[in-house]
Amino acid sequence: MEFAFTPEQEELRRQARSFLDANPDAPLAELRELGWLGVSVPEERGGGGLSFVDETILFEEAGRALYSGPFLTTAVVLPALSEVDEQAWSVELDGLVPHLNQVDRVLREDMTAVPAEGETLATVDETRPLGRIEQVADSNYLEGSGSFEAVRLRLLAGLAAEAVGVAQKALELGVAYVSEREQFGKKIGAYQAVSHPLADTYVETELARSLAYWAAWCVAEEDERTPVAVAAAKSFCAETAVAACERSIQVHGGIGFTWEHVLHRYYKRAQWIDAFGGHAAKQREVVAAALLD
Amino acid sequence: MDLRDTPEEAAFRAELRTWIETNLSDEIRRGRFEEAGRDWSRKLHEAGYAGLTWPKEYGGAGAPYSHQAIFLEEMARAEAPPHLGVIGLGMAGPTIIAHGTDAQKQKHLEKILSTEEIWCQGFSEPDAGSDLSAVRTTARSENGHFVVDGQKVWSSFAHIADWCILVTRSDPGSERHAGLTYMLVDMHAPGVEVRPLRQITGEAEFNEIFFTGVEVPTENVVGEVGGGWQVAMTTLLHERGTLGFALTAGLESQIRKLIALARKRGATPVQRDAIAREWIGLQAVRYTNYRSLTTLMKTGIPGPEGSGAKLWWSEANQRVTKLALELLGPEAQIVEDGGYWQHQQLRSRGNTIEAGTSEILRNIIAERVLGLPRSR
Repeated sequence: MEFAFTPEQEELRRQARSFLDANPDAPLAELRELGWLGVSVPEERGGGGLSFVDETILFEEAGRALYSGPFLTTAVVLPALSEVDEQAWSVELDGLVPHLNQVDRVLREDMTAVPAEGETLATVDETRPLGRIEQVADSNYLEGSGSFEAVRLRLLAGLAAEAVGVAQKALELGVAYVSEREQFGKKIGAYQAVSHPLADTYVETELARSLAYWAAWCVAEEDERTPVAVAAAKSFCAETAVAACERSIQVHGGIGFTWEHVLHRYYKRAQWIDAFGGHAAKQREVVAAALLD
Repeated sequence: MDLRDTPEEAAFRAELRTWIETNLSDEIRRGRFEEAGRDWSRKLHEAGYAGLTWPKEYGGAGAPYSHQAIFLEEMARAEAPPHLGVIGLGMAGPTIIAHGTDAQKQKHLEKILSTEEIWCQGFSEPDAGSDLSAVRTTARSENGHFVVDGQKVWSSFAHIADWCILVTRSDPGSERHAGLTYMLVDMHAPGVEVRPLRQITGEAEFNEIFFTGVEVPTENVVGEVGGGWQVAMTTLLHERGTLGFALTAGLESQIRKLIALARKRGATPVQRDAIAREWIGLQAVRYTNYRSLTTLMKTGIPGPEGSGAKLWWSEANQRVTKLALELLGPEAQIVEDGGYWQHQQLRSRGNTIEAGTSEILRNIIAERVLGLPRSR
């Protein structure tokens, strides 16, 4: 049993963080140049030859930076192609397509690929629009490997990792603020009514992190527990991210409720993650069925 | 990252499972706590499972922490009784190894491993609970020995213990962390009196200990006279070391029973959701322990992520036991077949108080892990 990242993986995280801090809205093409697309695809199919665990580090950092492009959706489709291509991809789940207006093609549940044409809807998280495919002119079956279920599991595991990045950032913002802000002659972080909710966020974020990495490892190893691990991670990580943002907004007081503060963007992303592919309670139905039926 | 047992860990686990199957009889499992516990503890020692992580030079197995984690998991899975020497093996022994004299090591370590000596902990007092530095039990130096007077409380095993790790105030004018002395006290010495404390469950796991003019030889002091705080911190560090694994393994067996109950009795959609939630939380805390363990094995210090394990476990165990009563329905208040869940539910209220209250644990995380300003 070894539950830690390698020095190479830690280095990948450092690079990802410093790049995304400086370029949170970089075009997908720049991420491709960095070698971030197709990380877990074997080299002979044009990929990076690494594992889904490595890729998960990037998803987590993208969540932390609130990266706005169709990185996750493209990355989870590429392993299903016969060869890594240069298109931007999205995935249709429950009739909804993230980033429909920003991608070239969309993978549907029957494993057909269609052009990204349709109506884009306004979303609470403006950086992650959802669309509906209207009419399909030309579709083709993907002559690749794997099932749609494998794509869906990668996507949900990736969302869980993004949620961990969101929760961690919301926690750090809260800790920084209450360490500076003074009321009644004291830094407000000294009050336990303020510090204890942040301690809870810390505990939950570490638990969420463990589940997200476990799910990623299961995906990478094609472990038989993958569907349950992914459902567990998606539900816990999304709820953790939402709660982390809510507590952080609360300890910020009025400023945390304003449009100009960054927190509402994290909060909206957290809720987007929770909803897409099914809320936490929906994911727990998968777990309950595995345990009780 | 590899979340499977290494071949070496798998071999240790397999060997341990076989050993448990051969040695853990129903008599031991269901026997009275003390006699069955002594029998079981002796067997564990003879098989080399006592003091797994202790250095070989002190009679331990010198095994990596991963073996201790596997040991705790398998013991909980088999529902084996607790080792009677948990305080000796997990707290007194490691403290003596770290700070004790050669004579103390000679005298006690082997007997701790064999459970010939059972140990208890004399830290908390009626007015020194979460605030250990408020200790008032006095140790007065007199002709080559100390005379101890005072009262300790919440002491598990004290009613059967032979020895006690005791924190005393040896400098009468001192305050808080200064002037404390850590000593090993013979529980059979004149002036030591133990009174069991009956809990809300009706049973008495804990005790009060009264010390009245108890003579303790100076050579029983661990560390420096007046340097007891640092020694006590070593003890508490060891208490928390692989504690997470023991707690998580216990929760796993609890949730397994809960699932069996739900399958037998049926569960509403709301209850199914709650059960799934607890199972997910269990996986989360298990894998967090593994992350912390990996850090411990690489650096010698457990990772900070493990600091939430006890906090999470205690609240989860309270929810799980209450959920079980809910599954039992209106009959939940009838005590049948030993009243397992009724007892467990009442006992779980102690979980957020013992070994660091949840409030203290949140303070520790806020101040030491998150670096927030101190609250006092």
